[in-house]
Amino acid sequence: MIQLQQIAKTYKTGARQVDALRDVTLHVKPGEIYGVLGQSGAGKSTLIRCVNLLERPTEGRVIVDGQDLLALPAAGLRQARQKIGMIFQHFNLLDSRTVGGNVAFPLEVAGWPKAKITARVTELLALVGLAERANSYPSQLSGGQKQRVGIARALAAGPKVLLSDEATSALDPETTRSVLALLKEINQKLGLTILLITHQMEVVKAVCDSVAILEDGRLVEQGAVVDLLADPATRLHQLCYPLMAEAPPSALTGQVGAGERAQTGALAQPSPTLASNWPSHPGAALLGLTYVGEPAEQPVISLVARRFKVDLNVIQGNVELVGQTRIGRLVVEATGDPDDLTNAIAFLEGLNVRVEHLAKGGDQR
Amino acid sequence: MSNISEALWKATGETIYMTLVAALFVLVAGLPLGILLVALDKGGIWENRLLQKVLAAIVNVGRSAPFVILMVAIVPLTRLLVGTTIGTTAAIVPLVVAAIPFMGRVVEQSLREVDPGRVEAAQAMGASAWQIIAKVLIPESLPSLIRGGALMVISIVGYSAMAGAIGGGGLGDLAVKYGYMRFRTDVMLGCLIILVVLVQLIQVIGDWLASRLSHK
Repeated sequence: MIQLQQIAKTYKTGARQVDALRDVTLHVKPGEIYGVLGQSGAGKSTLIRCVNLLERPTEGRVIVDGQDLLALPAAGLRQARQKIGMIFQHFNLLDSRTVGGNVAFPLEVAGWPKAKITARVTELLALVGLAERANSYPSQLSGGQKQRVGIARALAAGPKVLLSDEATSALDPETTRSVLALLKEINQKLGLTILLITHQMEVVKAVCDSVAILEDGRLVEQGAVVDLLADPATRLHQLCYPLMAEAPPSALTGQVGAGERAQTGALAQPSPTLASNWPSHPGAALLGLTYVGEPAEQPVISLVARRFKVDLNVIQGNVELVGQTRIGRLVVEATGDPDDLTNAIAFLEGLNVRVEHLAKGGDQR
Repeated sequence: MSNISEALWKATGETIYMTLVAALFVLVAGLPLGILLVALDKGGIWENRLLQKVLAAIVNVGRSAPFVILMVAIVPLTRLLVGTTIGTTAAIVPLVVAAIPFMGRVVEQSLREVDPGRVEAAQAMGASAWQIIAKVLIPESLPSLIRGGALMVISIVGYSAMAGAIGGGGLGDLAVKYGYMRFRTDVMLGCLIILVVLVQLIQVIGDWLASRLSHK
């Protein structure tokens, strides 16, 4: 539905040249929610603004719903934009218009007759749960309500694609959840394709099917959210469970800093130095276990403890639902005979649990 | 005594006439000028920085000429347009010429207060440049535009007093000819009081309209 092919965007200010995007290629399939995760300054905003050509890329091709946007003349581009909805971090509603008037804006632009506009506005405000506020002004609404109006406005002209530019970044955690739930609902009800950019891991885990990580203008990783989270070697996994990182991934550490995590209501994470501070005992090992789907439904820990002469002490644990899939992440201290440990690990791997050795008892430090 | 009050009323009428007619022309010319100053600028909807610089330079020239000089300098234009260079109607021409650049800057400033994100949102919805002007820029800055308009009308009242120097009539003319030259303090005071009331009235109406239209 959205194809970006080898997009580059370069800004020139005097003699200095800034590469905001470099060789970005991504493909958003129809009906999916695709997230681009990155810290501020990584080029996320530029990337999403290249999709509807609010910024024209220096190089590359932008294809939305089969149309090569860069090849379109001005009038054609305006037509194409009417079928690409967009919502913004700061909502960008018009103060001079009522809620209903704001939702009517894209329809006026598209030249709808008045009677049809009125009916469509009523329908959309009902969809976002603001039917009673049609005659209020944006200044009378809360942030979450403003974003709902923004969503209704973006959907008004019946777009095939919705672009979300940090739409939940200015909202508190609870409002964020309700707005995300609304986006998910729209995605499923209307089959709308959504491309969103965010710096919040929570957003990716809550609604995205696929994700790309943008660092310094380049995509460093992309794939299905579940697959990436399940693999301890991926950056997404390391960002999500930072304890696992041997060395924290430098470019993105700021973005999952303690302050931001608290603010977004993310998991309380122990410090990344947990593994190195672990008080080791001989015969003990610190293991990281990641399991996806079926094994997460089983009592893995007690199964292992019962079958092998191994004691498992859970140091940190977390099971959550990502989309429809349950993903578990445990850090356990396993104590026992080396052979028993090896067998236990083999057993776990047999259950499709990914096991990492984070530290071993008696390690010299 | 009745002569004086008659003269005051006549002068008030002339001042109001000059101000309103001039304001109308200034509005009609100043609004597009202000829009152009914003639209042609960097990142504007009709970006053309060379044209913007030329226009801005012309505006600055217009704004730097003292009104008394401008009035005399454009006498040929006045004669061409009105047929005479003396009288109330003739005084309107220099008033308009002097106030247009001022109004252009006032409009420019108001439009620049509109959050660029809103313009961008309209562009993302496929709005044309004209739609952005008519549906975003002007409505969003309307309260500010009205305050700027009141400012413009008040400064025309001020300029119109000077227009008395070329026989423009009005309160300024009366105040100078009777109040100052003939030492008639009562006439001077009368003119001043009426001018103060006029200016107050314009300001109050402007503020009231602006706050009624503001939904911030």
